[in-house]
Amino acid sequence: MIMETAVENKYTYKDFESDQEVRWCPGCDDYVILRSMQKALPEMGVKKEDVVFVSGIGCSSRFPYYIDTYGMHTIHGRAPAIASGVKLANPSLSVWVATGDGDAMAIGGNHFIHVLRRNIDLNIILFNNEIYGLTKGQFSPTSTVGQKTKSSPYGNTQPPFNPGELALGAGARFYGRISGNSPKDIGQMLIEAHHFKGTALIEVLQNCVIFNDGCYSNVTSKDVKEDKLIYLEHGKPMIFGKDRDKGLVLNNLKLEVVTIGENGITEADILIHDAKEKDPTMHQMLVRLEYPLSTGIIRSYNDLTLEEREAEVTKQVKANSKFTKADDLFFSGETYKVD
Amino acid sequence: MIVEKSNLQSEALETVVIRFVGDSGDGMQLTGTQFTDTSAMFGNDIATFPNYPSEIRAPQGSLFGVSGFQVHIGSVEVSTPGDNLDLLVAMNPASLKTNLYALKPGHTIIVDTDAFNRKNLEKAQYKTNPLEDDTLNNYRVVKVDMTSLTKEALKDIEGLDNKTITRSKNMFALGMVYWMYGRTTEHTIDFFKKKFRKEPHLIDVNTKVLKAGYHFAETLEFIPNAYSVSPAKMPSGTYRVIMGNTATAWGFLAAAEKSGLELFLGSYPITPATDILHELVKHKHFGVKAFQAEDEIAGISSAIGAAFAGDLAITTTSGPGLALKGEALGLAIMMELPIVVVNVQRGGPSTGLPTKTEQSDLFQAMYGRNGESPAIVIAASTPANCFDFAFQAAKLALEHMTPVILLTDGYIANGSAPWKIQSIEDLPEIKNNLVKEGDDNWSPYIRNEQTLARNWAIPGTTGLEHRIGGLEKDSITGNVSHAPENHEIMTKVRAEKVKRVQDVIPEIKTEFATTGDLLVVGWGGTYGSLHSAVKQMNHEGYKNIGLAHFNYINPLPKNIGDLLTKFKKIVVCELNNGQFVNILRMHFTGIEFLQYNKIQGLPFGNSELMEAFKKLIK
Ligand SMILES: Cc1ncc(C[n+]2csc(CCOP(=O)(O)OP(=O)(O)O)c2C)c(N)n1
Ligand code: SF4
Ligand SMILES: [Mg+2]
Repeated sequence: MIMETAVENKYTYKDFESDQEVRWCPGCDDYVILRSMQKALPEMGVKKEDVVFVSGIGCSSRFPYYIDTYGMHTIHGRAPAIASGVKLANPSLSVWVATGDGDAMAIGGNHFIHVLRRNIDLNIILFNNEIYGLTKGQFSPTSTVGQKTKSSPYGNTQPPFNPGELALGAGARFYGRISGNSPKDIGQMLIEAHHFKGTALIEVLQNCVIFNDGCYSNVTSKDVKEDKLIYLEHGKPMIFGKDRDKGLVLNNLKLEVVTIGENGITEADILIHDAKEKDPTMHQMLVRLEYPLSTGIIRSYNDLTLEEREAEVTKQVKANSKFTKADDLFFSGETYKVD
Repeated sequence: MIVEKSNLQSEALETVVIRFVGDSGDGMQLTGTQFTDTSAMFGNDIATFPNYPSEIRAPQGSLFGVSGFQVHIGSVEVSTPGDNLDLLVAMNPASLKTNLYALKPGHTIIVDTDAFNRKNLEKAQYKTNPLEDDTLNNYRVVKVDMTSLTKEALKDIEGLDNKTITRSKNMFALGMVYWMYGRTTEHTIDFFKKKFRKEPHLIDVNTKVLKAGYHFAETLEFIPNAYSVSPAKMPSGTYRVIMGNTATAWGFLAAAEKSGLELFLGSYPITPATDILHELVKHKHFGVKAFQAEDEIAGISSAIGAAFAGDLAITTTSGPGLALKGEALGLAIMMELPIVVVNVQRGGPSTGLPTKTEQSDLFQAMYGRNGESPAIVIAASTPANCFDFAFQAAKLALEHMTPVILLTDGYIANGSAPWKIQSIEDLPEIKNNLVKEGDDNWSPYIRNEQTLARNWAIPGTTGLEHRIGGLEKDSITGNVSHAPENHEIMTKVRAEKVKRVQDVIPEIKTEFATTGDLLVVGWGGTYGSLHSAVKQMNHEGYKNIGLAHFNYINPLPKNIGDLLTKFKKIVVCELNNGQFVNILRMHFTGIEFLQYNKIQGLPFGNSELMEAFKKLIK
């Protein structure tokens, strides 16, 4: 957890704008995420100099250049490993990873699962546009079967990952999914991720206007959003719909959509979302659900972080060791004198 | 036990080479290490060479399951583990078969006759028993039924299983060798007390067997106590025996303390580099952060992150791992961050010869990256100076703000030697390029005029927030730039920065002769072999042959051009197919460089080198 100390709200989003011109395509959701981040940062109560953004390669990975904190734009897929080094070197920093679907789950798949497994206190923003943007439109590990892209002119034949499913399978303690066209919700989730101790993964359903335009519009466009998405909140019933009359119940080990007021169903029958539950079974069901698509913080389970575990071991070792300086070690044990 | 009574008088020798060989399960590494440590404490100079199979548990008794440990002890300086043996201790037929070639004619073999049964003979592909035919006619054979004697020694201890008994027979052999060389058993008994603290009955077992071997050799005076290797003359000081990999790890501990930075290691296990990781994970009391990553890429990547955050960051690996690290190393060069990459070389390509030594990653270290990406490349040359070069690698990285590749190899990494302990206060200062504040025009690419090292502003420093990355940067502002001239400027700056390291590294000196007929050139881990061959020739009267051994490879020391012209012939000796020689050819076009190469996963032998050199000066 980051020092929330006495940084009064002295910043505004402008303090987090760098002098670099933003170069994403007009209309790209990346702008929404960037602005949400710049607006969320002053709310986090963290000092500018204590924030580090690390990214790999991709459109999304240009992110660090545009935020006036410390930052590194590195190599394809490796940001989680590099960020882990930053955080282990200095656990008092607030460390963020910006990554794309290809960056995180194709070339960087190994680092992605391991960082989640270890639970280092990092925040990862996954810009999932189901396409390789920067290389101009090849299918990615999240592209759908049948999707026509530059490298699948007859339709993609490779079944996709569901990032949430992958993340939970790898042991993620915090996973949230959010629509790329809801800046307020993105901002709120970024703040929650910041306060969460452990690796927090936020998957943003990000529209790429150039190579995969509208890939989420059937669920995220203004007119259908409320009926097709459910926004989960810890401790609240799983209710959605324009009229707030749809809800989720468990039926034969499966989630089922019911209508409140029909067949004797009342609000009391609807499942209550427990994001903090250790057992991820329900969270897995929620991330797999296709209708409604679940958004919000699906899992937020508090566990020890790697840094905490390391600090504890180090403390023990120090308490029991007779070595404080390298010389103590060098001259210890079997030495002998030559005159 | 049959030994022809020898008429040898107690012989005072300058040096002796002993090899302990047996099955992988026979404990030969431990036996060898104990003999080494005891001899070092006695005051001998030493050099060792462990040689073991890459299988963890190779089938028992098989030819490829043989494990050996060679040690060279001397009352004079010894710089190699030696090539020809004075004493061979062979615990089974397979080990006799694979090692007999190295024993000097007329010299001694100690064998465990109990192990020469039908089954083992077959596994060793012996048609007849070599202890009974004429195979060993040219040697002095000491036949000892070691397994039975071990059993006998332990008969009073109740409840011992057979395995425990047979596993301790190596201590019987060690006891015998101790007596032969006038060593005492004390050090090893102390060792048992520590090692078996939690299983005290094993202290008793091993001590009994060790002493039994010792007294056996003493009582049956068949074995002449012939070899007294007296203490060597070494510079005065406090010493300890150290393995190359441990010395490397300790060099970084020293550099961290000296520089006032915390040490971060990101690493993924790989033979023969893993022992550096094993060593550094122990030292949490010094605040060492050792991170076992998911692969080599994450190893170096985490080190890059730690370097950005202000740690002394290193990553350790061997050849295949260096290949994986290539892209990230380029990133560190581009971002101009101080990291050290240690490559403990082994036989390649691909998985190659994982447990054998080679110097074939030099080109990879020099050129194995995309783009114009110069790195500082240095190489340690002895087990003990792994310490110095690890320290130096860290110092160069921090002072010059660029990655340093430190090359060692399986031979010096696993070999051990006496190390005159260096106290932190005697080591040179390490400066760094950290900045705490800057004016409005501050940029991370402000450089030290002398070294061209850039500023190092780490997260947490107020007002110096900045972004760096793998894209080319404007030479002044540090912002992303694709400008054509700027890329050329930056490429040259990165190259020049590495080149200027020449100003701070020592000039190279030739040993034995400064002019003459032949200059022997080597680099890295072959120093001991080359030094000892040239030295011996010098003793034999060849005063016209010199040795120039390189530790600094990129950049090369300034003065080598002058030095090369002083000899009629130059031969570059490497454990590869010719790499350093081609770097020299590139730099010194008018000069002819001859080559002597060996690519067998083994170090150079003394006699092969001398033979080759003699041919060249004829
Ligand atoms: C080692 C390496 N391989 C390939 C590339 C080319 N490359 C750059 S970005 C990219 C895919 C990016 O896709 P994604 O991570 O989804 O990011 P987006 O551009 O969609 O935000 C690829 C293949 C590279 N830069 N480096
Ligand atoms: S290519 Fe797509 S993802 Fe990349 S900037 Fe343009 S719209 Fe955004
Ligand atoms: Mg993408």
